[in-house]
Amino acid sequence: MSSQPTNPFAETEEERRGKLVENLVGISTLLMTWLLIIPVLAIIIFLVYKAWPALSIEFLLDNPEKKMTAGGIWGPLIGTFFLVLVSLIIAAPIGILAGVYLNEFARDNWLTRFINLAVVNLAGVPSIVHGLFGLGAFVYFLGMDRCLLAASCTVAVMTLPVIITSTKEALASVPMSFRVACWNMGATKWQTIRTIVLPNSISGILTGVILQVARAAGETAPILFTGAMISSRIADSGWEAMVPYGLDDRFMALSYHLYIISTQWQNVPESFKFGTAAVMIGLVIAVNSISIAFRIYLRSRKKW
Amino acid sequence: MSTVAPQYVSTPFTAPEPEFIQDYSIRTNDLNLWYGDFQALMDVSVKIKKGIITGLIGPSGCGKTTLLRCFNRINERYGNVTTTGDIEILDKNIYDSDVSVRQLRRSVGMVFQRPNPLPISIYDNVLFGMGIHDAYKPLSKSERNDVVEEALREVDLWNTVKDRLKSRATTLTLEQQQKLCIARLLPLKPDIILMDEPCSALDAEGIEKVENLIESLRDEYTVVIVTHNMAQARRATDECIFMLLGEIIEHSKTSEMFLNPQHEKTEMYIQGRYG
Repeated sequence: MSSQPTNPFAETEEERRGKLVENLVGISTLLMTWLLIIPVLAIIIFLVYKAWPALSIEFLLDNPEKKMTAGGIWGPLIGTFFLVLVSLIIAAPIGILAGVYLNEFARDNWLTRFINLAVVNLAGVPSIVHGLFGLGAFVYFLGMDRCLLAASCTVAVMTLPVIITSTKEALASVPMSFRVACWNMGATKWQTIRTIVLPNSISGILTGVILQVARAAGETAPILFTGAMISSRIADSGWEAMVPYGLDDRFMALSYHLYIISTQWQNVPESFKFGTAAVMIGLVIAVNSISIAFRIYLRSRKKW
Repeated sequence: MSTVAPQYVSTPFTAPEPEFIQDYSIRTNDLNLWYGDFQALMDVSVKIKKGIITGLIGPSGCGKTTLLRCFNRINERYGNVTTTGDIEILDKNIYDSDVSVRQLRRSVGMVFQRPNPLPISIYDNVLFGMGIHDAYKPLSKSERNDVVEEALREVDLWNTVKDRLKSRATTLTLEQQQKLCIARLLPLKPDIILMDEPCSALDAEGIEKVENLIESLRDEYTVVIVTHNMAQARRATDECIFMLLGEIIEHSKTSEMFLNPQHEKTEMYIQGRYG
């Protein structure tokens, strides 16, 4: 026994307890992460299972018929597409340019801090408030009436803060040393932004914009009073079916359509309701996947 | 030959006047600079000779980098900076209203502590300066290639990178990156090259190579180099300016300063007793 030298590095009692805590923390954080995934998977599986009888190419491409008890969801689908498109055409340039100003040009003074505060607060405004604001500002005050343009403007206002914030963050992630290098060769701020800063932050900026597609497509409240309608007759085929709504037309949209057939309309087959929801979720997942793939692609091209 | 301006008065701490008429690239007169309320430079009056390598030495926070940044007015980009006094570069007061900051920075280049090549190809890095000064478009493809080759040869980088000019500059080693950062200044035909501790991120071998390169820039360019490394100041500079707390303490030939410093503080610093 005495021939064995005493171990100078023996574990103490506290360490043994510390190890136990370490393991517990590891396991519980892992569990919480798994808990996060379960609802996502449950929702998707449940939706697809319930929607299965309705899901088909015709469901996507046909217009609703017989008081929405037959046909498909083409009208709302294309309406949502144009809503998203027009709102991004409005919001993306404004948001990106504002982000560029705030990150690259603005000095740190009370006005800048005020604008930043306003952006943060705008992001926290509930979507129903955006809807009522859109009704007052675009529909009545600017006299647009309820139409695609008014709804798109409302959705644009709603998506702006996130576009501004993600643009700012993407620009801020470009190392300062690149800007310093440019300035010291005599480059103006705009030359620096155009040649170095924007090309190296475009993936982050576009990711922020694309993620807003999902938001714009999913929200019901902002379009509720500003342009969405329950049902409108549109062409079943041809060019007219591809571009069924003008900027001054009222339009159908997926989120509103889902709300209507789930709560306001009778005798709609259950699979239609779940089908519409599944298509919406599918759209969101598709858009997010595209944005992630795009980001990976752009990141692979930049190294510093 | 230079026309010696009338306000040019020698101060007690500057180098003794040589017999022949000396060209000066940089002169400052009672230069004061504040970052907000903090005064970083106090009545700095220096005359930096043309075509030699001048070292700026002194402990951290003494204003070396701040002084360097005055010479191309890049300090203005760092916000909340106030300056008083005159800076003359090539006998022109750079605060005159008819001075274009862009043209000033074109002729007064800067090299940084951490190599900062732009995240574009080696080739584009060398031509970047010409691009922003609209000197790039009129060149034919072969002229552009010549510009790149000449600049890279001058910094002894051509043979290493000539087969991968299109690869990203950030894939080079730090030493090569720093050489590239010097090379990209050259197509703009600068008169003065400012270097802010250009070797501190490099290993011993890199330091030697970059020092040799700086050595080869003498005569053609005026080089002002900030360094923390006393051995490097001794090896690589012709004159040294010792600064302390925003003031110039001593400005003399490097050999004189290191053999026979005039000020007790200089002596203590170069012997490493503080800093």
